[in-house]
Amino acid sequence: MKCQKCDKPATFHITDLTGGEAHSVHLCPNCAKSFLQTSGATAAAPLASNAINKQLKIGQTAKELAELDGRQCPICGISFYEFRQVGRLGCPHDYEYFSTELEPLLNNVHGATVHSGKRPRRGPDDTRSQTAMIQLRREMKEAVEREEYELASEIRDKIKSIEGGSLS
Amino acid sequence: MLEDLAIRCGEWLKGIGPESDIVMSSRIRLARNLADYPFIRRCNDIDRANIESLLRTRIMAEPRLKDLTFIDVAELGLLDRQLLVERQLISRELAESSGARAVAIDHAERLSLMINEEDHLRLQVIQSGLNLQFAWTSINEVDDLIEQHVNYAFHPDLGYLSACPTNVGTGMRVSVMVHLPALVIARQIDKVFNSLQKIGLAVRGLHGEGSQSTGDFYQISNQVTLGKTELELVEHVGSIIPTVISYERKAREMLIKDGNHNLFDQVSRAIGLLQNAQQITSEETMHLLSKVRMGINLGLIGDLEIPVINKLFIHTQPAHLQKLRGGQLDQSNRNRERANYLHLHLNRRDPEAGESPPAKQG
Repeated sequence: MKCQKCDKPATFHITDLTGGEAHSVHLCPNCAKSFLQTSGATAAAPLASNAINKQLKIGQTAKELAELDGRQCPICGISFYEFRQVGRLGCPHDYEYFSTELEPLLNNVHGATVHSGKRPRRGPDDTRSQTAMIQLRREMKEAVEREEYELASEIRDKIKSIEGGSLS
Repeated sequence: MLEDLAIRCGEWLKGIGPESDIVMSSRIRLARNLADYPFIRRCNDIDRANIESLLRTRIMAEPRLKDLTFIDVAELGLLDRQLLVERQLISRELAESSGARAVAIDHAERLSLMINEEDHLRLQVIQSGLNLQFAWTSINEVDDLIEQHVNYAFHPDLGYLSACPTNVGTGMRVSVMVHLPALVIARQIDKVFNSLQKIGLAVRGLHGEGSQSTGDFYQISNQVTLGKTELELVEHVGSIIPTVISYERKAREMLIKDGNHNLFDQVSRAIGLLQNAQQITSEETMHLLSKVRMGINLGLIGDLEIPVINKLFIHTQPAHLQKLRGGQLDQSNRNRERANYLHLHLNRRDPEAGESPPAKQG
């Protein structure tokens, strides 16, 4: 088999995942090296970010995109821009907070937007208090960064009391 | 560390189970996250350490999981981490990331629980041969057990919430590792992959995402994780494997009929090189072992056993070789030691024989 980029024999057979689809690429060692260097460290990150970028290009002006990129999850603080860059979300609440933006992506990747598989037996008993925990932990970190140690220790006590009330 | 592990051999390498001449292993993994922590991306070192210790404590508290061995991956050296990757017990991502992270494995190396990989918890079951139903039953049980002790992030509409939206829903990746040397030689492999991709299946190399295929091993897995039940996903991947197997068998028959001497020659040359080379790279070893594995399955080589070859695929990879031969070796010494190791195991032809003592290094 010949390399797809030059005529040398292809010894690297790479499955590349971009835009929600897998592509096989057959390359010689030299071309493979430059291919792997330019295609990003992990395959999954470009998958998500490319797919979402593709969705966003439709009917999006630069201004709208900039506004969207600036949106930050109030719970974990991740910006939509950061998500687009790395393809990873920051916390469970992002699925709510960015739901409008994520829906076309989910449709594109899965062809569905509703789960039909197993459910935890205990049930999502108190999602709100759990989301609150993520926010409290973040507030505590920020308080420490601002050297407001009194506030940080108050928040820590609050976290401890919620933890004590749930599973232990 | 991990010397015992290097010598042992996981269940999935035993070459048993249905269709094991072509299907190396069946694997299922589930992605899970704790509901009250941010995903890994937004965790600081303290969060990661808390998640690691919480999951470790809760998992160990479960009587049916207390025999698992916990390995603190952050404490391991490069060689040990690489060993676990070569063995398919942890992902490259877990090996190469930083901060608190761990893996729990059972003695048979069927079950592995990765903590703080891309998600807080990744459960994996590997089974030798084509045995997806059994893998699903096993992993579902472990998932239920752990779920009694932790709150997983779950959304009523979206299912299990994962750091990457490509895993949301079931969080499940069903993957079958197949050995397809004849389709590669017959240049039919691309055709097979293209048709698999059209029906929503992904094809990856030996070490999963982004890796190239080595030794003609390919992992076929589901792309979609949302909107289908776990059993439907198992069924989806499982239903296509017999077709892939039949293509590979047809290609093997065709190669034998059309060019018996040629294939026999290729297999014989491969075994000759492996038995006599004085130095050999990991890539060349994998390439030649692949031919030998097919040769044994076709009855072209009579006096070697599949489990020996399966084991050599793993034991000749760089980290295993260094562990088995007594420590850090540079590449040229590795290539010499690899040739020695192959010579020893392929010329003796005794699958039950133990390991030889490490060679002296000079």
